[in-house]
Amino acid sequence: MSAFETVRTIAADLFQVAAAQLSESSSPETLQQWDSVQHLNLVTAIEEHFSLCFEPEEIDQMSDLGAIAQLIDAKQ
Amino acid sequence: MNEPARQSTRADIEQLVAGSRRAEAIARLIELWTNAPTAAAANFITSCFASLQKSADPPPLKPFRLAILRSFTVEPIMPLLRAASLLSGIDLTVHLGEFNAYTQEILDDQSPLYGFTPDAAILAVQAEDLAPDLWTTFANLSAEEADEAVRRCSQHINNLISSFRRRTQASLIVHTMALPNQPTMGLLDAQSEGSQSSYIQQINKEIRRHAEQVAGVYLLDYDALVARHGRNVWRDKRKWLTARLPISAPNLVHQAREWHRFLPPLTGKMAKCAVVDLDNTLWGGIVGEDGLEGLKLGSEYPGAAFRDVQRALLDLSQRGIILAICSKNNDADVKEVFDKHPDMLLKAEHFAALRINWTPKSENLKAIAAELNIGIDSLAFIDDNPVERQQIRCALPEVMVVELPDNPQGYAEAIRDFAPFERLSLVSEDKQRARYYAAKRQARDLEHGAGSREDFYRSLEQRAIICSVTPLSLKRVAQLTNKTNQFNLTTRRYSEQQVEEMASKEGWEVCSIQVVDRFVDNGIVGVAIFHTQGSTCEIDTFLLSCRVIARTVETALLAHVVSQARRRGATQLRGWFLPTAKNAPAANFYQTHGFELLKQTEQGKLYGLDLASSDVQNPPWIETTETSS
Repeated sequence: MSAFETVRTIAADLFQVAAAQLSESSSPETLQQWDSVQHLNLVTAIEEHFSLCFEPEEIDQMSDLGAIAQLIDAKQ
Repeated sequence: MNEPARQSTRADIEQLVAGSRRAEAIARLIELWTNAPTAAAANFITSCFASLQKSADPPPLKPFRLAILRSFTVEPIMPLLRAASLLSGIDLTVHLGEFNAYTQEILDDQSPLYGFTPDAAILAVQAEDLAPDLWTTFANLSAEEADEAVRRCSQHINNLISSFRRRTQASLIVHTMALPNQPTMGLLDAQSEGSQSSYIQQINKEIRRHAEQVAGVYLLDYDALVARHGRNVWRDKRKWLTARLPISAPNLVHQAREWHRFLPPLTGKMAKCAVVDLDNTLWGGIVGEDGLEGLKLGSEYPGAAFRDVQRALLDLSQRGIILAICSKNNDADVKEVFDKHPDMLLKAEHFAALRINWTPKSENLKAIAAELNIGIDSLAFIDDNPVERQQIRCALPEVMVVELPDNPQGYAEAIRDFAPFERLSLVSEDKQRARYYAAKRQARDLEHGAGSREDFYRSLEQRAIICSVTPLSLKRVAQLTNKTNQFNLTTRRYSEQQVEEMASKEGWEVCSIQVVDRFVDNGIVGVAIFHTQGSTCEIDTFLLSCRVIARTVETALLAHVVSQARRRGATQLRGWFLPTAKNAPAANFYQTHGFELLKQTEQGKLYGLDLASSDVQNPPWIETTETSS
């Protein structure tokens, strides 16, 4: 499974929506549930799942699910 | 588990949930959580429970209101805590205090904390937030200044504890302070008595001293938790600086689990009895095939793992947890191991019930619960065979099942880690329980030998001591109201604080009964709470531990209530029987003691005894001593 698909599954569980409703362009702007607290929850869930740790600058770049998947690919 | 396997597991579970196959779905969710306790799994578990709760057969969940007061970010821990709670049958409602607003919340009567009416609150404050001088600039402090900082910090927390207790009866869990990863003085810190670590430990000591004196306050050893998982990997500096989240992503689940450990004892969802398998659980190998000499058990590898299991079970029995055996085996083989194996730490007399046969284990568990007079939902099942565990989860979803890892080296740790075995306070009755049950087995044998019931009662040589609740018996009295399910007329649960309050109210009486027989001192085994107003005395609570049911002790306690009611000028004694799923043994209690049915409602039945024309006498075979205020 690609990084994006995994991120999508984690995000779908977190935001309680169907995975099919999420795309690479899903972002805090398109998803009402995606607030700053959920952003932190999403980051820690991804860090835990992929056993990695993001720099604060990287977290700032996580503007949508596609950007998050790219960051993961770059770190692995 | 690899990725495709995880996906198919989730799809399977979703299908079970959609088909309302509740027990199977929950069994699979527990398996998923045990293998990978991650945030992703947690959110999946929560959404599965949300669907199950909307189904025709919703899982029975105990609601619990938890407030978290904190000096740091805890939000990412909450989904993990919620999932762990759901899997142990607890439905959490959480109030998260504002970031770093714990002092105002506790001191202000009107704060959202008290508006929330919590069942329990957690006070999670870090040393660096509470005592920045001791934490960061310790090297600059004189001994006097450091002492002053310790005094200031411990007093601050202790004041919060007392203020909280004055405003609410909710339980309170207080984090102790963790020690620094790198003491400011480096190696020097270990060389002197007045080290940075010792000052922080001193704060913890002062908090502990105070907390011990306030009912319903418990400490969470945060330093031990951090140390157990490794100070260096516990912390995430980046998240601390950017989001005030001090705990690294992989350790969030450990914090969630440590909080969760407090919930079974606080909600009463505790295991009273550990039912263990024998082959490859209590010892390595199969006695029926490998024989006595072939068993792996002792101080060397691989037998040491099984000795550790036995040690862990012995420790549980010291907490008051009863042990029982359920094994598919030949009785004679097992007897030989108990009699002859030199490395058995556990002896036959440590077990209160034995089911060594080829009957399905679910049947045996039901029989064990009946024999011990405890609910089937207070059994914990320990078996190395995942098939047996899964069958129990599906056939008897009420039974708690201890999930064991594949490698026996991890069994003892898994048993010690199982939250329903946790206790928050221990009274001497708990430590003696294993002996009580062994004695009870002897008493049962005696009953078979005795000619009539009366002969049996006489042969027990029972003495009862009834007295008003005292500071010493308070803990036990409150514990009995929370744990007694069967012989309990009203099943009203009270905290120590509430019992204390009732005992001091005008017209109210809270008394306990201690029973000594020829085998053993059973300790305090019953409670009666009643209040008199005008000519009516009403029984609020009347309960008896199942340890002494069916020996007429209840009549002795009722006779005491009757005489006290008369003394206080009552002409009528009243009491409710409020039926529950478990208290059928108490259903006919008032009727058989001459009470008349006054009223029947949806909740239960109200009985009354006319004290002018009727009486309840102390049974002649019980020697009762009364001391009453």
